[in-house]
Amino acid sequence: MAFYFVQFLTGLASAASLFLVASGLSIIFGVTRIVNFAHGAFYMLGAYIAFTLTEQFSGAIGFWGGIVFAALIVAALGVLVEMVLLRRIYHAPELFQLLATFGLTLMVEDLVVLIWGPSDLLGRRAPGFWGAVDFFGQNVPTYDLFLIVLGPLVLGILWLLFQRTRWGVLVRAATQDRDMVAALGVNQKWLFTSVFAVGVFLAALGGALQIPRDAVHHAMDLRIIVDVFVVIVIGGLGSIIGAFVAAVLVSELNAFGILVFPKISIILVFLVMAAVLIIRPWGLFGKQEAPARRTPGLTVNPWRPLMLNERLGAMAALVLAAALPLIGGNYALAVGSEIAIFVIFAASLHFMMSVGGLASFGHAAYFGLGAYGVAFLAKMAGLPMIVSLLLGPLLGLLGAGVFGFFSVQLSGVYFAMLTLAFAQIVWSVAFQWVAVTGGDNGILGVWPEQWAASPSHFYWLSIGAAALAVVALRITVFSPFGFALRATRDSPLRGEAIGIDGKRIQWTAFVIAGTVAGVAGALFAYLKGSIFPDSLGISLSVDALVMVLLGGVETVSGVVVGAIVYKMLSIWLVSQTDLSKLVLGGFIVLIVVVLPKGIAGILETIGNRRRPEAPALLASQIDTAE
Amino acid sequence: MSIAQTLLSVEGLSKSYGGVHAVRGVSFALKAGEILALIGPNGAGKSTCFDMLNGQIVPDSGRINLLGQDTAGKKPRAIWRLGVGRTFQITATFPTMTVRENVQVALVSYGRQLFNLWSSTPKFAQAEAGRLLELVGMSGYADRPCGELAYGDLKRLELAIALANQPKLLLMDEPTAGMAPRERIELMHLTVQIARAQSIGVLFTEHDMDVVFEHADRILVLDRGTLIAEGLPEEVRRNPQVRAVYLGEGLVYDARYREGALA
Repeated sequence: MAFYFVQFLTGLASAASLFLVASGLSIIFGVTRIVNFAHGAFYMLGAYIAFTLTEQFSGAIGFWGGIVFAALIVAALGVLVEMVLLRRIYHAPELFQLLATFGLTLMVEDLVVLIWGPSDLLGRRAPGFWGAVDFFGQNVPTYDLFLIVLGPLVLGILWLLFQRTRWGVLVRAATQDRDMVAALGVNQKWLFTSVFAVGVFLAALGGALQIPRDAVHHAMDLRIIVDVFVVIVIGGLGSIIGAFVAAVLVSELNAFGILVFPKISIILVFLVMAAVLIIRPWGLFGKQEAPARRTPGLTVNPWRPLMLNERLGAMAALVLAAALPLIGGNYALAVGSEIAIFVIFAASLHFMMSVGGLASFGHAAYFGLGAYGVAFLAKMAGLPMIVSLLLGPLLGLLGAGVFGFFSVQLSGVYFAMLTLAFAQIVWSVAFQWVAVTGGDNGILGVWPEQWAASPSHFYWLSIGAAALAVVALRITVFSPFGFALRATRDSPLRGEAIGIDGKRIQWTAFVIAGTVAGVAGALFAYLKGSIFPDSLGISLSVDALVMVLLGGVETVSGVVVGAIVYKMLSIWLVSQTDLSKLVLGGFIVLIVVVLPKGIAGILETIGNRRRPEAPALLASQIDTAE
Repeated sequence: MSIAQTLLSVEGLSKSYGGVHAVRGVSFALKAGEILALIGPNGAGKSTCFDMLNGQIVPDSGRINLLGQDTAGKKPRAIWRLGVGRTFQITATFPTMTVRENVQVALVSYGRQLFNLWSSTPKFAQAEAGRLLELVGMSGYADRPCGELAYGDLKRLELAIALANQPKLLLMDEPTAGMAPRERIELMHLTVQIARAQSIGVLFTEHDMDVVFEHADRILVLDRGTLIAEGLPEEVRRNPQVRAVYLGEGLVYDARYREGALA
């Protein structure tokens, strides 16, 4: 009994930091409508800076002062980010905001390694909270007890701040209707900036307070952000009480999940999240969001099928690509195969995202599932390559069927967060279930059979599959199903009023996209000869998003160009610099701010000068602010 | 018209939110080819009533018999399948498609081809789409992006979409809201003309009394959730209770009527 109670207390203590970070994210979202992906990065920075400060200044004042001062420094950085970057993208679609803040996260990850080095850092213990309290033979660290008290304390302070101060009233008003607040003459720019500073402060404080409990390392940002997204999905965006309740719930589930399913404890969290979503799709304390806004100035020409000469052009490009083995060596062919595989992967995401308006932040899950599917079939069942290639992607289909069902119940940022959380769950399972997946060591020795073994043969197989996938998806875009999907994206209200079951259509699209991603993953497993949990990871999901964005969200086949350019760039980058994340992150931020229409979108604009130019995204900053 | 088939009959329809009775025991019927207006001051329960008919709100009690089926609590898409076309107060169309494609999507759905992954939508039922656009006077705009249309044209397009399932009943929520006076009259003339020709029943809510008195065969007046009057425009116009709660005691309608403007 005592053991369970101690386990309960440990859960409560973990909830404190999680609550701080989640409430910060919630407050920022409430006012600015930005889901700040970089929140995890600020959390991590808080921990690193607090580590340095507490190492420098000893004693109780040095420690506690260091923790608070670290959070203040990070808050100041947050202000800088808000003024330089976010102010430019407040009116951009959610996808762009998520991507830009993810770009920041990537940059911070490399910067952190650059400054503090790649190894884990063990911080000091908190002065005054060294020991442990004996509880019926079980030890409870006193620092945990401090955190248990701190959580509700911060909740109370935030409550007072919002109920009793003028600033709090403005924030609550802006959360309900920011246009009205602007119309009342409130300087919105500074309101947004101050809210962002408070939110970032909370995140950094959450990070700084972790140093006596956990090692500081450069992957803690992604770990916390996924937990925070789960908390937000359960508690409801914009609700601080919701963040608190859900943080406690998730932490307790983690604490006890280890006892129930020691290998895959995350399953329990997933089951609870799924249950909440079915009963209250907008979270326990959340409210239904207004429909996602469309990109200003991005209304494009309606899509049309390719003309004859365009088809011939595409065929010629394919023939040229097929001639690569005549001039390229084995390395070039391997790179070419990889690019072709990523064309398939990106095209599958594009189908969901551009045609369906479903911007998934966890599409790599289905890519990875396809790859694992092949590995299971080929390695464990010993099936021939053709059979494995055809059946392996079914694992992606299965995953997309289950997760897609829940995901399409939501839209906009909720959809993005949920897909990300699902992908992370799949990743965790692959990582933790060592007996089946090999865990971190992956599954090795998935080599193609004789007929596809030579680099040129495998290259032809890959570009053949890519051409087939792109053409099939293009046909689907213009099919009645594709139009029904676009109709649901354009106007769910009108879609329903002409007999379209939007959720079923979106679910089907999700499954199609997941299956095609699974095909890409299946080929990838044979290309690399092995499969690791990385193939399910967030960075791969974001790679696909950037490819779609780079090609142009609002084009039919720009994604092909985007995938080729991005993949070549990133392969080249990795070979040139150790700071590839820094460069890539900067590149993502740059695309969002400068090239929101993507490469193909820009070409289209140039080719369509006769149409009146839509207002550029850059010009539309906070026009309600003045 | 008196022996025409009853399309819609509503009995004792009620809905309350918390303690507020938004709609209380409303009953009425609508026949094929009839143009029925639902009017009343703001907060009278028109929208609630309308949303229960089109499936967006589930009634607390009461029966809705639509084309021989009980539709209370059915989803909008199920009601559409029975043969009910809808237009919205604020137009809802598909801005990234062309005008013709907007109609084609509705035709795809009507033809139950929504899960067809293969054939080409731009080539789907072109003739029928063209006929519907012709009907509402939008033929010249067929290849224009819908997002570029002026508001009045969007309203026409919406009408064409609403007609795609060959409806027996049209539900129009404030069909002329947000339009210039001349456009209003044109759109309602067009609607009435089509409804009469195809013997479609029309139920519409409207705030513009010129539109209501000129086009409605019969008028229902709601106030605070209950039906306070029902009848021919002339009867409703003279009804003292309707004047008290809604039309007011102004002489505008009388004057116009004497001049023969509404005759």
